[in-house]
Amino acid sequence: MSTWKTVCALVDIPVLGSRVVRSAEGDIAVFRNAEDEVFAVHDKCPHKGGPLSQGIVHGKSVTCPLHSWKIGLDTGEAQAPDVGCAKRYDCKVESGVVMLKVA
Amino acid sequence: MEKLRLVMIGNGMAGCRTLEELLKHAPDLYDITVFGAEPHPNYNRIMLSPVLAGEMGVRDIILNPLEWYAEHNISLHLGKKIEKIDRINRRVIASDGTAAKYDRLLLATGSSPFILPVPGNDLPGVIGYRDIADTDMMIEAARLHKHAVVIGAGLLGLEAANGLLLRGMDVTVVHIAGWIMERQLDQASADMLMASLEQKGIRFKLNAQTAELVQGESGRVCALRLKDGETLPADIVVMAAGIRPNAELARDAGIHTNRGVVVNDTMQTYDPRVYAIGECAEHRGVAYGLVAPLFEQAKVCANHLAMNGIGRYSGSVTSTKLKVTGIDVFSAGEFMGGDGTEEIVLHDPSGGVYKKLVLKENKLVGAVMYGDTADGGWYFQLLKDRQNVAEMRDSLMFGEMAHASRIGDAGHQGNNKAALMADSAEVCGCNGVCKGTIVKAIKEQGLFTLDEVKKHTKAASSCGSCTGLVEQILASTLGGAYQHANPSDKAVCGCTDHPHGEVRKAIREQHLLSVSAVMEAMNWKTPNGCATCRPAINYYLISTWPHEAVDDPQSRYINERHHANIQKDGTYSVVPRMLGGITTPDELRAIADVADKYQVPTVKVTGGQRIDLLGVKKEDLPKMWEDLSRAGMVSGHAYGKSIRTVKTCVGAEHCRFGTQKSMSMGVKLETMLFGMYAPHKVKLAVSGCPRNCAEAGIKDVGVIGVDSGYEIYVAGNGGIKTEVAEFLVKVSTDEEVMEYSAAFLQLYREEGLYLERTCHYVARVGLDYVKKIILDDAERRKELYERMLYSLQGFEDPWLQAVKDPEIRKRYEILSV
Repeated sequence: MSTWKTVCALVDIPVLGSRVVRSAEGDIAVFRNAEDEVFAVHDKCPHKGGPLSQGIVHGKSVTCPLHSWKIGLDTGEAQAPDVGCAKRYDCKVESGVVMLKVA
Repeated sequence: MEKLRLVMIGNGMAGCRTLEELLKHAPDLYDITVFGAEPHPNYNRIMLSPVLAGEMGVRDIILNPLEWYAEHNISLHLGKKIEKIDRINRRVIASDGTAAKYDRLLLATGSSPFILPVPGNDLPGVIGYRDIADTDMMIEAARLHKHAVVIGAGLLGLEAANGLLLRGMDVTVVHIAGWIMERQLDQASADMLMASLEQKGIRFKLNAQTAELVQGESGRVCALRLKDGETLPADIVVMAAGIRPNAELARDAGIHTNRGVVVNDTMQTYDPRVYAIGECAEHRGVAYGLVAPLFEQAKVCANHLAMNGIGRYSGSVTSTKLKVTGIDVFSAGEFMGGDGTEEIVLHDPSGGVYKKLVLKENKLVGAVMYGDTADGGWYFQLLKDRQNVAEMRDSLMFGEMAHASRIGDAGHQGNNKAALMADSAEVCGCNGVCKGTIVKAIKEQGLFTLDEVKKHTKAASSCGSCTGLVEQILASTLGGAYQHANPSDKAVCGCTDHPHGEVRKAIREQHLLSVSAVMEAMNWKTPNGCATCRPAINYYLISTWPHEAVDDPQSRYINERHHANIQKDGTYSVVPRMLGGITTPDELRAIADVADKYQVPTVKVTGGQRIDLLGVKKEDLPKMWEDLSRAGMVSGHAYGKSIRTVKTCVGAEHCRFGTQKSMSMGVKLETMLFGMYAPHKVKLAVSGCPRNCAEAGIKDVGVIGVDSGYEIYVAGNGGIKTEVAEFLVKVSTDEEVMEYSAAFLQLYREEGLYLERTCHYVARVGLDYVKKIILDDAERRKELYERMLYSLQGFEDPWLQAVKDPEIRKRYEILSV
């Protein structure tokens, strides 16, 4: 069963940056965009497994550091013409604390 | 708020391209309505000839299927011709009475074939060659009839003739001029082309004027009579004697027209609510009939419609390619020559090759080629760039390969052989993309630009060494529709229309100091850019305003953000600096100790004379750096768009042949340049004698010791495009080596486009330009040198910073739940 778990304070994630969260389901990348929205996806690019957490964040996307696939942070889906999907997780900010829904 | 209403009349390539561009800029600004007279969605008109020739089907050439219109909420009215523009009430009315109101109107009505004013021109069987219906009619005629006459031996006429011939008809081409394609070819090349078309079976009547078309018993045309009385049997007559812009609709609405609808540089007509684009528009006295200029117009028009208010269209230089399988013709610019021009001609009639280059004041102004057109794209680029060709004049005729012959095949992969390559041949060695895949994507997805091909096929999207080849494949697949992009005018990325140079200029002139300030000042289209533009802007900022601009780690590529080199499995490699490749037992011990302690799986000696520790986990990086810094070691920047190493040979310190102390010279250079970020990586080498064991000939700056001093070479490259460095200057002291090398690198740092290596930079600006600044202008050289020293002053080792600063160190820590 997935439950909401505390990850870190919002300020611990750089704006347009990310942190890696180690979980029972593997590494999860938690992103923060310019609007202070947070997103969480499996830290593996659907292309060749690149660590998405290390990519450049822009708008609601991240560009994978290995081969520049663009992954939508709210869907986990690769931007066309590339096809693929990284698993996404529910993620939210409550009074400045980032919460992640994981098993 | 109510959306603005945009109505487009005409549903062809120019118009739909404008809509596509507009939707990219401002997807929600307009309610869009499109009226198309034809019953088809937008298709690739230039591919009608392959359809006629039976090489493609109609379905293959659709560019925007009906779903595209639906997806973007465009109301599409097919088969409805607009009869009237009511400018007072701002609405358009179609033949069936359908009306639509507009706030902005876009005329994209195209052109019509010119129908000769001769008796019988309205008989059944007499057609123009313009659309799918015409093509279908020709295919149908070819099935039922035998004799075809094409009037006009221009591009379109010849393609029609070829298609009808392949469909089994007996074809004669009637042409008014003394040779065929006289607007694109000179007589020599035209004669060769005609001979080979005759060999295929097409007959020609030159200097021939049509007097009348004769009606047969069935009611349809049966013959064509020439002015000299000769009669040619004709069951079908195709008029291909030129096109006329469709400007009547605008003319009737009181909009100023000439040959076409007159527009200004933002594609607006005399009624500023009404835009015109494509073949119906006349810009600065020219109505274009080719696709490439129309796309440039579309870009500008879309920009203006999106109210971005930037971008002007200032006309196009065009080139032509004939799409008849097996025959290659290319023409561009002032191919007929004229006052003050010179010609270089290669003519091999039995070999079937003809090339003529027209030069004026050492610049290429025109080219005609027949038989071997592989270099067409290259010549066209030289022509458009107005590049001075004096230095390559002796090899110019033999093409790009000859010009670049000293480079060899590696990394070029037979640059000029695009057309001859087999479909199975690999083009992009990085991503394993074959020619066939690229050609298929270009045709099926309707791609027109290098960027689109990169996106859809991944070809040329990694190291970029096959870019030239991909461009050639585009050129040979698209023919005249392809336009090379000049890197210095190309927009940084899809987030903006500004090219690199303008971004840099704005940063300097407006004293911009942060990425967000640049985006705001230059009206970026995306809220925070993308992975292409942000690193470029960040570099331009820190190189223009050192110690002032904010260096944004989130706008750095991963390697520069984490000061280590990411590997395929997400681990990192760590390379400590080893000045000039010289180390000590203590350093080696420290390296061995961290390798043990952090269980480094691979330890490798690099090409840059240092030691690479591969397979380090991100969270171990700061700990490892801490150990290394304790032993006095700092980052080797083996990961950045920055100084890498200065490779040295043993030199006069030990070597029995050495003339200069190359190791100490190398150490001085590498120490001076510590922390130097650049548009791309920068490698140096110092050799102690002309035997050049440090391989200085393929470095960005190569120094070779000789008995009387040092020779400095610049802009070499041992990677993607092996390029031998060019001799810059000979100097006598170590201090001069530092000054000249630093001045050259600073010039490159200030003027190079992001991700442009020194070899590409020097190829773009010319070595003469570099020499003029570095050698002839001592004051400028000193200023450049000082600016380099100033910008590197006080640079702190990024590893030590990460070790000391808990905020930075935190970035490497992994959280858990």
